[in-house]
Amino acid sequence: MPKTKYDKEYNVKQYLRERFFPHIWCPGCGHGIVLGSLLRAVEELGLDPTEIVMTSGIGCSARISGYVNFHSLHTIHGRALAFATGVKLSTPKLNLIVPMGDGDALAIGGNHFIHAARRNIDITAIVMNNRIYGMTGGQFSPLTGYGQKATTAPYSTIDNEFDVVKLATAAGASFVARSTTFHATECIDLIKKAISHKGFSVVEIFSQCPTHYGRKNKKGDASNMMELYKKTTVPIGSKKLEQDPSLIERGIFVDNKEAPEYCDEYEKIIQTAMKGRA
Amino acid sequence: MNNKIKFVQGNEACVEGALYAGIDFFAGYPITPSTEIAELLSMELPKRAGKFIQMEDEIASMAAIIGASLTGHKVMTATSGPGFSLKQEALGYACMAEIPCVIVNVQRGGPSTGNPTHVSQGDINQAKWGTHGDHSIIALTASNHQDVFEMTVEAFNFAETYRTPVILLFDEVIGHMREKITIPEQGDLAVVQRLRTSVKKGVDYHPYLPREDGRLPMSDFGSEHRYNVTGLFHDMWGFPSNNPKVVRELLHHLVDKIDNNVDQITRHREYWLDDAEYVLVSYGSSARSAIHLAKNRRKRGNKIGVLELQTIWPFPKELVRRKCAGARAVIVVEMNMGQVLHQVKSAVDNPASVFLANRIDGKLISPTDIKTLLRVIQGKGV
Amino acid sequence: MGKLKLKEHLIGRNWCKGCGICVHFCPKSVLELDDEDKAVAVRPEDCIYCKLCELRCPDLAIEVKIQKEDENE
Repeated sequence: MPKTKYDKEYNVKQYLRERFFPHIWCPGCGHGIVLGSLLRAVEELGLDPTEIVMTSGIGCSARISGYVNFHSLHTIHGRALAFATGVKLSTPKLNLIVPMGDGDALAIGGNHFIHAARRNIDITAIVMNNRIYGMTGGQFSPLTGYGQKATTAPYSTIDNEFDVVKLATAAGASFVARSTTFHATECIDLIKKAISHKGFSVVEIFSQCPTHYGRKNKKGDASNMMELYKKTTVPIGSKKLEQDPSLIERGIFVDNKEAPEYCDEYEKIIQTAMKGRA
Repeated sequence: MNNKIKFVQGNEACVEGALYAGIDFFAGYPITPSTEIAELLSMELPKRAGKFIQMEDEIASMAAIIGASLTGHKVMTATSGPGFSLKQEALGYACMAEIPCVIVNVQRGGPSTGNPTHVSQGDINQAKWGTHGDHSIIALTASNHQDVFEMTVEAFNFAETYRTPVILLFDEVIGHMREKITIPEQGDLAVVQRLRTSVKKGVDYHPYLPREDGRLPMSDFGSEHRYNVTGLFHDMWGFPSNNPKVVRELLHHLVDKIDNNVDQITRHREYWLDDAEYVLVSYGSSARSAIHLAKNRRKRGNKIGVLELQTIWPFPKELVRRKCAGARAVIVVEMNMGQVLHQVKSAVDNPASVFLANRIDGKLISPTDIKTLLRVIQGKGV
Repeated sequence: MGKLKLKEHLIGRNWCKGCGICVHFCPKSVLELDDEDKAVAVRPEDCIYCKLCELRCPDLAIEVKIQKEDENE
């Protein structure tokens, strides 16, 4: 028997709005694996569902918020982190989890992403990187990268991609991690740590889109795409990087527990203001 | 008398009104000529344990106040022309998801960057139709600082009563001019509090099922009832639906809850209308010149009156029709190319008797500007 | 603590979209897709309850139920 800590039984259905299942995602879409990992993380942490606000934007990823029986705020494209900032600062006891797609996080919502990171407000952003705009039918995204095919790049893309980890780190996020849907147990662990972390936390999860990105770029079916995640990624600092620097690192890149959190800092402003000092 | 007398800018009168109404969350982005509102609230809110946040842009500010309203707070943002344009998508979201919030637009010249430090009233139609899709909206304005204070309190009250965004359409002259206000005691003016559901834990709560009186009791994020909020058409639980019946009924509800209450929402002032042969219809800083002119002409025996609108949307058609019914001519006084003029023409019995006295060059319209037109209408020449 | 043993693979046929991820990655080839493209446990006796099918199922359609060997049933 393999060594696994998953001999315990999960009950993710307790958090689901089951009447909306089966979900709308395509067969093999990685987003469902992310949803599963997220709910297992919530279960392991024993969070109170009445203290979780799932805030999302628009797109395939954003549909997560409707499926979970937490407070759910399905907003407009790209602005989820700005809505979440209002929820969090007004009521800091709430846990804010923001599932985001490529566009929400880094195109239309890129400004909110870097500023939420800069403030280090206690919100968990889960960037579901599928390298495509899925809901609108397969246009390239800021995570597609150079030389790929998409419905708006029939001759191949000339746009470079963002590195989510580097961007989040540079912008000031105090917890930054990366994993893939192949590494589902790692995802659970990273999401748990991200939610527990006090400050702005980013977990990038490579999530396959077999319907659009995979098909356009001849990556095979969902299983093949997950095999690619296995082959092309390694834990941070792996020796394999010496032979093959093109490998992508997984794990926790930033875990800064000292960085002041925004709501805590605002509490100090209130204390100062109430004493009548400007 | 314990009332507090202050000498303030219009923007400060707005802040005083918001504090009186119980604002406890503000998000904004600096923009002339509204910035003083953000500056003052950054000072005042933390003294009351309220929250102020300067967001990364106007869109984010609008989004943040919606988020904070959902946790049970009284929220506001303030902006001007270009910023008001940026807020439109999220404003539509607040209409659709029925989230109480107040948006101040201290109007400046447009389109585009336009005339940032000068006055205009060019955003009247944008306030109503700036966001896409059918909907209704409440927009209020005022011509003096006491009224700025009171209309700001009303804006918060209407936002809570009708679960809707309310727009305060001030203008640069009102925002930056200084005059006296008297701040009433708490209790002197009605302040409407958030209507929260009495549905107990474990009982099915319908966040989007109106009561018989049309109001929808809310449940704060963080309390027992976990429901969905979306900008999609939605059922009574807040879950997305494209069922034609659900879509049609929701759209009717969004429009009717405001348009059917136009009498409750209408605020106005009137001066010398009883025997007026000439009625000046105006609002905001333009109304100051209209009132000034009418007062002076009355001394000379001219029968001139002023109808000052404080509620712009929903447009008080019946009020305007009634007040203008006996007039030989109606002159709409405003600083745009006839945005309220169009509404007045469609309200009165004789649209041909309605004229526009306007100014669009960034300068406050003067009594002389209005008088010139009046003399032409009267056949007296310039 | 008693030894663990498999109780059952609970597979929600309405939720399963037949993507085949569980079949592809099962280390013991316990699972297959049936005629309707739904996952079924055809060799449950080989299951080592690593639960990777459950954790990687994008449709949240699989639960691997286990029990202690000395438990009744």
